[in-house]
Amino acid sequence: MKNNYKSVQNEAVPEFIRNYGLFLFQAIRLSFRGSTAFYAWMIFLSLLSFFGLRAYCNQFVEGLITTGMTDQVSWGIYIANFTFLVGMAAAAVMLVIPAYLYKDEEMHTIVIFGELFAVAVMVMCILFVTVDLGRPGRFWHLIPGIGRFNIPVSMLSWDVVALLGYLAINAHVCGYLLYMKYLGKKPNKLLYMPFVFLSIAWAISIHTVTAFLYVGLAGRPFWNSAIVAPRFIGSAFTAGPALMIIAFQIIRMTTGYHIGDRPFRLLRQIMTISLLTTLFLLGCEVFKEFYSQSLHNSSARYLFFGLHGHYALVPWIWTAITFEIAAIIILLSGYSRKPGSFVWLNMACILATVGIWIEKGPGLIIPGFLPTPLGEIVEYIPTYNETMVCVGIWAIGALIFSWMLRLAIPILSGIFRKKNE
Amino acid sequence: MSDKTTGNTTGTDNFPQENNESVKREMFKPLSRRSFMKAGALGALMIGGTATALLPLRNFKNDTSLENFFQQHYERLTPERMERILKRIEREIKERHGVDANVQDPKPIADVQFAYALNISRCIGCRRCVHACVEENNQSRNPEIQYIRVLEMPAGTFDVEKSDHYYSHETVPAEGKYYMPVQCQQCENPSCVKACPVSATWKDKDGIVVIDYDWCIGCRYCEAACPYWARRFNFAEPNIPKEQINPDMAYLGNRIRKKGTMEKCTFCLGRTRKGLLPKCAEACPAGARQFGNLLDPESVIRHILREKRVYVLKEEMGTRPKFYYWFDT
Repeated sequence: MKNNYKSVQNEAVPEFIRNYGLFLFQAIRLSFRGSTAFYAWMIFLSLLSFFGLRAYCNQFVEGLITTGMTDQVSWGIYIANFTFLVGMAAAAVMLVIPAYLYKDEEMHTIVIFGELFAVAVMVMCILFVTVDLGRPGRFWHLIPGIGRFNIPVSMLSWDVVALLGYLAINAHVCGYLLYMKYLGKKPNKLLYMPFVFLSIAWAISIHTVTAFLYVGLAGRPFWNSAIVAPRFIGSAFTAGPALMIIAFQIIRMTTGYHIGDRPFRLLRQIMTISLLTTLFLLGCEVFKEFYSQSLHNSSARYLFFGLHGHYALVPWIWTAITFEIAAIIILLSGYSRKPGSFVWLNMACILATVGIWIEKGPGLIIPGFLPTPLGEIVEYIPTYNETMVCVGIWAIGALIFSWMLRLAIPILSGIFRKKNE
Repeated sequence: MSDKTTGNTTGTDNFPQENNESVKREMFKPLSRRSFMKAGALGALMIGGTATALLPLRNFKNDTSLENFFQQHYERLTPERMERILKRIEREIKERHGVDANVQDPKPIADVQFAYALNISRCIGCRRCVHACVEENNQSRNPEIQYIRVLEMPAGTFDVEKSDHYYSHETVPAEGKYYMPVQCQQCENPSCVKACPVSATWKDKDGIVVIDYDWCIGCRYCEAACPYWARRFNFAEPNIPKEQINPDMAYLGNRIRKKGTMEKCTFCLGRTRKGLLPKCAEACPAGARQFGNLLDPESVIRHILREKRVYVLKEEMGTRPKFYYWFDT
């Protein structure tokens, strides 16, 4: 094998650069090695990404007129997905806390997957925000110094800092740990533990700041409610673990990487408590909106019961509530705890994830705009092009996560390492 | 997998050994001719896919010169630079629309705070203000952007949800209705300015909330933040028939906008900063619209504030609008 790397083994180059170059070279090679199923999966995702890219190119040429958004409903499914995904990324902290704070050994086997999950999801978040921009080419206006970054006033500026920071912290922690494992060196605690603690606080803050994006708007009574941030956290810690339970089972089945049953039990517990909290907070919100009968509840009436003959979201929100209640019944019943059987647990995970996607995605963003501050109702329905952009971004997220796992699992298993060269 | 296994994070034990060896072999085997062919097919698929995906870009019409792309924020432009930019915009309008425009950058006048007052008793809902505004401010005609919304309200309520935005009668005013036009309230404490992540919108010295159309990134957070629904977004390339273009343009006002940016009412700053009335005030046949300087004790605005029953919309928002409504009957 050594012959292959001759070009990089130049003595003039410092060792750490040589090592890293070698790592990158091997990583690229490894990225293209895999079973037929792996290839099929990656090609499938690539094709979906191409559809998404094409749809985005349409939008780039024509403008946001290719979406279903209007001046009345000026944010749609892009920002809905973004909001949902920020929560998913934040949920990685539910693996980080037990693994690093409570020194749960078995959580250590999967904590890196959680962090990689956060990285992939953060990239999706950034993509969803970017495709929502009318002038994406002017992104540099956000760069402090050469641009004009309206901090500390604008909540959106805070959100940009929170998102990029969280991406950087997670990329650093898992990148560093994986690379050290590859080199066969013991990682230096000083170089990653501070970032682990920072990531815990940061995870809570990304979702809080994202909630404040909405909460800060006095002109939108549906969002201008203190309960939005706690609801975000509750729903994030439901849907995040739910999706991770499914992802880790797939990893366990397809790669043979050992993940014990205990992390699943822990994630199930977290998810159960969070879903209960979410439903409780939803109940609080519903009570506040409907008992007082103030005119400020128009958006909530539009969402739950329809308003002035407009019912677009009603079936969705009741589907979400039904799914969430079904999920909590399954989680609280003995079925989801049956050792060795994941059928019921998986069903609860899917129901909870879909329910929460509806509730805090379209179910939160669209009614915030309706009725408009001038009392108008214009229903928003995403267009085909807009939907394809979303599909593309989800595919890119899955692609990135799968690719990172392709490298991380052999590293963690000790197969992909420097001395194997 | 057995649950009894305690997690081992350090060694290769996470992987069954025999599997380990085969994976290792599989992973590091040299590229064979066969896999080379496969790589070629994969590469072709990826390049073909990307090319197909990028195909719509062939219809892309670039509306940004390199100079425009790197143009700095309005407040960082020197007067000389602004001179050059205004010339460039005139040139671009000539090229794109065939119109000889006169683009200026009128500055706020000292000791002036503009304010508007609208007599709700007089407004007849004819919407002449709406159309005069569109003609003056070079809004896109297709899709049409309007800054003024006239709400037809049933008598006896103030609930905007009961209003009709799309009324069409043979004659106005209709029986049992009153009319409430709403446009940018030029707030003293504007929610939209607070929202903007790049400070592309701000309150100028004369109280007018303006937008640097070349700085706006099009995130539409300001549009979500405005409690008066006063902001508009260019979802498509603005489309104005050549003969309808108003050639007198202001940099922060009615110059032709671009796709993907925000716009709004600026109290026709290109006119008002030169002592003229906003077009909507001029167009009103009922004399319902009054405009003036809040700092001048003799102004009509101050008279109305002193003598009439005045209110502002959504006072509880704390935005402190400088657009007053009053009634005198």
